[in-house]
Amino acid sequence: MTITAEKPLVQIEGLHKYYGHHHVLRGIDMTVKQGEVSVVIGPSGSGKSTMLRCVNLLETISAGRISVGGQLIGYREVNGRLHDLKTKEIAAQRREIGMVFQRFNLFPHKTALQNVMEAPVHVKGQPKAEAQKRALELLDRVGLGDRAGHYPSQLSGGQQQRVAIARALAMEPDLMLIDEPTSALDPELVGDVLNVMKDLAKSGMTMIVVTHEIGFAREVGDTLTFMDGGVVVESGDPREIIANPQHARTKEFLSRVL
Amino acid sequence: MEHPQHRDAPVLNKSVPVRHPGRWISALIILAVVAVFLQSLFTNPNFRWDVVGTYILDVKVVQGVGWTLLLTVASMVLAIVLAILLAFMRQSDNPIFRWSSWVWVWFFRGTPVYTQLVLWGLISVLYPKISAGIPFGPEFFSLDTSAVITATVAAILGLGLNESAYLAEIFRAGLKSVDRGQQEAAEALGMSKGKIMWRIILPQAMRVIVPPTGNETIGMLKTTSLVLAVPFTLDLTFATNALANRTYLPVPLLIVAAIWYLVITSILMVGQHFIEAYYGRGVDNQAPAAGVNPAAAKAAAAGADAHRSMKTDFPEESAR
Repeated sequence: MTITAEKPLVQIEGLHKYYGHHHVLRGIDMTVKQGEVSVVIGPSGSGKSTMLRCVNLLETISAGRISVGGQLIGYREVNGRLHDLKTKEIAAQRREIGMVFQRFNLFPHKTALQNVMEAPVHVKGQPKAEAQKRALELLDRVGLGDRAGHYPSQLSGGQQQRVAIARALAMEPDLMLIDEPTSALDPELVGDVLNVMKDLAKSGMTMIVVTHEIGFAREVGDTLTFMDGGVVVESGDPREIIANPQHARTKEFLSRVL
Repeated sequence: MEHPQHRDAPVLNKSVPVRHPGRWISALIILAVVAVFLQSLFTNPNFRWDVVGTYILDVKVVQGVGWTLLLTVASMVLAIVLAILLAFMRQSDNPIFRWSSWVWVWFFRGTPVYTQLVLWGLISVLYPKISAGIPFGPEFFSLDTSAVITATVAAILGLGLNESAYLAEIFRAGLKSVDRGQQEAAEALGMSKGKIMWRIILPQAMRVIVPPTGNETIGMLKTTSLVLAVPFTLDLTFATNALANRTYLPVPLLIVAAIWYLVITSILMVGQHFIEAYYGRGVDNQAPAAGVNPAAAKAAAAGADAHRSMKTDFPEESAR
């Protein structure tokens, strides 16, 4: 897999996260280049989802810095001091970052089409007709062109997750954060979601994917990061790490999931 | 191995159902009671159905129905607006808002509505003038309280403010019932706080909010009979009581009032049914959205067929 551009899109430096006295992230450094698929694995409780959620400020950052596209996330730096951004400014930063959740979080009172159209129309102010045309294209791209009028409750888990991916893509983000997209799915539905993500990777989308799908990491990942206990234990080429893990904890984890 | 019965449609089991003699006995008892009651309606002269007939469409009574409806609707609208505000304030990051909302609910829920109505009626005794100005400083203008807070306004304020405290708790419960992931998904799309509340959270909370609010509306319809405390003297209960006192026939006029309250309640129940169906879409009722034109969706999907060669082919999943 070739890396299309050398410019780092995401830069995470010395990221710490506390929940009260509980120290969840203990100094994470990570770089994701433009067009790169960065896969993050690790045992549950290792802080990988928390790290991902810090990137679009669903969790506050206790210490350290995250920048996306050269822009500091959540803060403005004036004379070496950090100032919290206003809710509106945070919303503007989030518009450039798509997020896909483990539990899909589709809006249950809206159809698949309305879910995908919601943000383009009501955040970007796109005309409805244009947004609908684009939303139907996106639904078709994830293989659900014929399910546009269905409510989430009428769709299977795998279909819901594909709608959720289309919904995030509708905002034309620079970066996609994908948090355990297949963990809540029945095994036979996992493949379709992974195929959509592979398709997305091929189209050049920059992605950070937290997953347990080692096969996906090996096939699609440009980098693999193994996290445990709130730190990055090992990071590098996915195929090398999976074939030949350097660290004992990585070895132990891989032997359990492979 | 041959299983001949499996080749064609299976032979359905024809079992003897369990008998329920208790049902028959209870049905007979209830029917007997109902029959006795119905017979009394026709034969007991004290009901004075002729008087009921005379007064059911009496001008004073129909006007009373109108005023009762007006009080119910106006005070519920006031209560709903205040309750939404109170529920939002209760969830706010601003501790002053949270605290004021809590105190409001504590006060208006903690004192009887009758006491509050009497107090609103006496407001012009308590504050003879309403004026705008700076406390302990200059005054911009001033009005006579009795001119602003008429009996109607006092009744609506008394009923509405009291009700807002109860509705605020219903709205708060509704907002809390919406999954946290909905807020996160909307935030991740870059939606503003206001849009998240009005477009994502509140429509889902309404599913929980509507049934108890309907209950409260029906309760309010009958609480309006307390506005005599203000005193407000045009509502249905006051009108029928006045007629009863004049004619010395309390029973038929109570029946007139009861019939009207039942009719309005029935109409409100029909309205509630439709509101519930609307907010239950996607969850309680599974019909595809009326807003989507399937033909247009098909045409657009066909237009996007050109991309099909590029994308992976997805095997069909069956919907749950």
